[in-house]
Amino acid sequence: MAGVVAVVLGLLLLLGSPGGSTGPPRDSLREELLLSPLPSGDLAATFQFRARWDSELHREGVSHYRLFPKALGQLISKFLVRELHLSLTQGFWRTRTWGQPYLQAPAGAELWVWFQDSVTDVDKAWKELSNILSGTFCASLNFIDSTNTVTPTASFKPLGLANVTDHHLLRYAVLPREVVCTENLTPWKKLLPCGSKAGLAVLLKAERLFHTSYHSQAVHIRPICRDASCLSVSWELRQTLTVVFDAFSIGQGKRDWSLFKMFSRTVTEACPLASESKIYVDISSKTQENELLEVTPLPLSVHEASVQGDRRTYAVYDLLSPSLFNVSRSLNVQLKWKRPQDSLDLSTPVLHAQRYVSGYGLQTGEISTLIYNTHPYRAFPVILLETVPWYLRLYVHTLVITTKGKENKPSYIHYQPAQDRRRPHLLEMLIQLPANSVTKITIQFERALLKWTEYTPDPNHGFYVSPSVLSALVPSVIAMKPEDAEQSPLFTSLFPSSDGSSYFVRLYTEPLLVNLPTPDFSMPYNVICLTCTVVAVCYGSFYNLLTRTFHVEEPSSGGLAKRLANIIRKVRGVPPL
Amino acid sequence: MATVQEADAALLLLQDDLLGALTVYVIPETSPLLPQGVGVYIGKHRSAVMRGTQGPGDVLAAISARVQQIVQAMSFTTDSITTALSDRVPMDQLGTDTRRPFKSSLGYEITFSLLNPDPKSHDVHWDIEAAVNSYVQPFLDKLGSVANFSVDSQILYYAVLGVSPRFDKASSSFILSALSLPHVINPVEARLGSSATSLYPMLNFLLYVPERVHSPLYIQDKDGAAVGTNAFHSPRWGGIMVYNIDHPAPDKAPLPLRVDVDMVRVMEVFLAQLRLLFGISQVPLPEDFLLESPGNNGLTDWELDRLLWTRTVENIATVSTTLTSLAQLLDKIGNIVIKDDVASEVYHAVASAQTAMLELASGHLGSAFQASKEAVTSSERAFFDPSLLHLLYFPDDQKFAIYIPLFLPMAVPILLSLVKILREAKQSKKEPMKTD
Repeated sequence: MAGVVAVVLGLLLLLGSPGGSTGPPRDSLREELLLSPLPSGDLAATFQFRARWDSELHREGVSHYRLFPKALGQLISKFLVRELHLSLTQGFWRTRTWGQPYLQAPAGAELWVWFQDSVTDVDKAWKELSNILSGTFCASLNFIDSTNTVTPTASFKPLGLANVTDHHLLRYAVLPREVVCTENLTPWKKLLPCGSKAGLAVLLKAERLFHTSYHSQAVHIRPICRDASCLSVSWELRQTLTVVFDAFSIGQGKRDWSLFKMFSRTVTEACPLASESKIYVDISSKTQENELLEVTPLPLSVHEASVQGDRRTYAVYDLLSPSLFNVSRSLNVQLKWKRPQDSLDLSTPVLHAQRYVSGYGLQTGEISTLIYNTHPYRAFPVILLETVPWYLRLYVHTLVITTKGKENKPSYIHYQPAQDRRRPHLLEMLIQLPANSVTKITIQFERALLKWTEYTPDPNHGFYVSPSVLSALVPSVIAMKPEDAEQSPLFTSLFPSSDGSSYFVRLYTEPLLVNLPTPDFSMPYNVICLTCTVVAVCYGSFYNLLTRTFHVEEPSSGGLAKRLANIIRKVRGVPPL
Repeated sequence: MATVQEADAALLLLQDDLLGALTVYVIPETSPLLPQGVGVYIGKHRSAVMRGTQGPGDVLAAISARVQQIVQAMSFTTDSITTALSDRVPMDQLGTDTRRPFKSSLGYEITFSLLNPDPKSHDVHWDIEAAVNSYVQPFLDKLGSVANFSVDSQILYYAVLGVSPRFDKASSSFILSALSLPHVINPVEARLGSSATSLYPMLNFLLYVPERVHSPLYIQDKDGAAVGTNAFHSPRWGGIMVYNIDHPAPDKAPLPLRVDVDMVRVMEVFLAQLRLLFGISQVPLPEDFLLESPGNNGLTDWELDRLLWTRTVENIATVSTTLTSLAQLLDKIGNIVIKDDVASEVYHAVASAQTAMLELASGHLGSAFQASKEAVTSSERAFFDPSLLHLLYFPDDQKFAIYIPLFLPMAVPILLSLVKILREAKQSKKEPMKTD
């Protein structure tokens, strides 16, 4: 083989070095981990890996990838995607006990995509894209079809740069029944340039990550401004992973946390490809006197930021600074509580919501949503998006919204009724929430009877209704000054902030589990048995009566039956035949 | 006319350059056009120049043996056609090179990957875009009539080979022996990923920069000698090349060491492997043949023609196999519904295959190849149509499940009484014979 290659080499006449070429588009990687103790004693860890690529992904021809993964880059250029957000979540974020989340995701799988305006057939592209993503992430996203896809008009505005916002280019689907496990984590980790070999990703061990109350992994792709003047566009890929460690199952009741206790690993080095690699620990103290929380090893710097309307302090560990690993080769961040925590006041979040199904029987029911606004003096509007499957037939004339006993009319309603087996219900409303109030939204529905092949293999488990989405610009108590996206930590630049007086929040309610009238699936077997018996007994005996002939028979001596009968008679003590 | 190359270029303007055509120019034996000792010159395009023999008698008969050799070198032979049908011939009858080239397909995806298992020590940069544009793209443009190509590249970090190399004290270097090469590819393939967006077969070309502790790394062939290009290829998959870096003294340079890959060396090897993987191989030529090198495109016109001949034959064979298996499937499972568009695809495939064979017989290579491509497309579309999976709504087990509970209890007494009647009829037939 080597000889053939040598001969062929002799035949090739190659050019000299090519003429001067422009360098490849620059790309950069930032990684960060945020540890925030929650008011209930649990600990939330949020990983963010952000790859930024200064390139135009939609040009024709060859594409060359370095830090941006090839699988996602090819998807974006083939399907002309402008924004893609996919999240896989297990568990539910309890806003009332844990506080406002940085980035919440609904239970199950959620996918929403903005396409470019040059796409001709958005539905076909959506179907192919969801099928390919299903293969890439080993999730059953191929169950996304027209019966669970909606086109929201007001709720999911683009999070990146956008000049055209025709909402027909947006598709949104949720699969509440989807389960997240290790086989979804592995392809997610494969997209990281350093894999799980170096940097913060070494902490991502599946057996610890799934031993949590809440596990959410997400992929967000969007175009952003390359610099302040915004003359050119870069692509940003953010991979986020949020887990909440339960104090009782992992900490055994003690509220001291450390990286080793949570992840059974410690950090030894930063990813060599990352331009920034930091660990932030939330050490905002609630009381003014002493600090409640002690962090070891001592942080080299402290960062103050106003996040979600609150001024918070963070201890920063910069993995790229050489002085961090001077003392020991591995970094194990430990949090110790100095005083018992029951004196901590739990500040209720400004906006939280709850949803439940009420009613009795298998014919009708009612969906109720309660939205709480705990701000003492400010009122703000919230957009509520509800997607209800077609087999729960909503009656919009029974929609009632009450606040503090009085009726509250929404200023914008968009309702798209369902079509059987084709399209779900879509209800979008803009509701004004007065200060310090509870708003109750109720709507009645009727349960439909499905065809017998449409039931799932476990129909008595129930059918899921996807979580409803609340999007709001919540007014903040303090003034927040807008910071430069490149300098600030990643968790502050998730949502674009318009001004300093309010921050954007997207909340999801619980998914609902509704029982539909279920037929008895053993009926075909019952019918067969019954028919068989009836025909055999009735018809058989009738036929015999009609066609039996009687004739005299000589008594025969012997035979197996006679001998068997004689044995039984001997046992009974009766004379034999 | 000073050199034969200039003559060839000038003559090109005179001939009409049809696909599959071949022109042989016979020059007098004493002509100084061909260099001394060279009897035949094979050019870059579809022509050859040969010396005529000066003997008495029929000139054509004298040179026919030579012309036969030229045609066999520049166009197809029985062996090359058998190679194209190699998937349908039992394996022991052919050589080992026949399974190397890719099967005929409508398109190919080529991916160049740079594997850097040690990013802390090496900061590797490669100017792949310019290299692809200047070396690979002209070759693929020349092959544009054969298939569609798309080229990608990526850099993978922390991707290790599956085999840990042995340390050889004699050369103070690390060695990958030929026996361990088959085990190298599997762990890497999981990282490479398949193309998310197309169904075409993928060719992978990997450039591996060994870790600092495993430098330098050489590949040994079966005889124990180090391979000159430090690369190997795997049939129907792609190629791997190991790129060694010179390390300066340990304390002089700070880590990571910046490395700029010499793309000329790398692209030479990859282009050679690309030619082999497409089945463009060297034929053994007699001594006095002078072969012109392919130039910037990497492919001569007559090599392209050879590829097209073999591809056409392979396509027609594929069409016949596909349609035959579809017919056999329909014979076995009589319940399958064939929709009208599937039927029209089958008719179109058969018609195109017949056109292709007619065109091949008359020597029109271009139209034969197009017809064979259309035939393959139609036959694949007909065979893999998802509507073939719907059987007629009356499967056999449902027939049993519904009718047996109704008819079996009814049938048993009737059958028993029929048996009784037959027995009585036989007895009554015997009776009259007895009593009489």
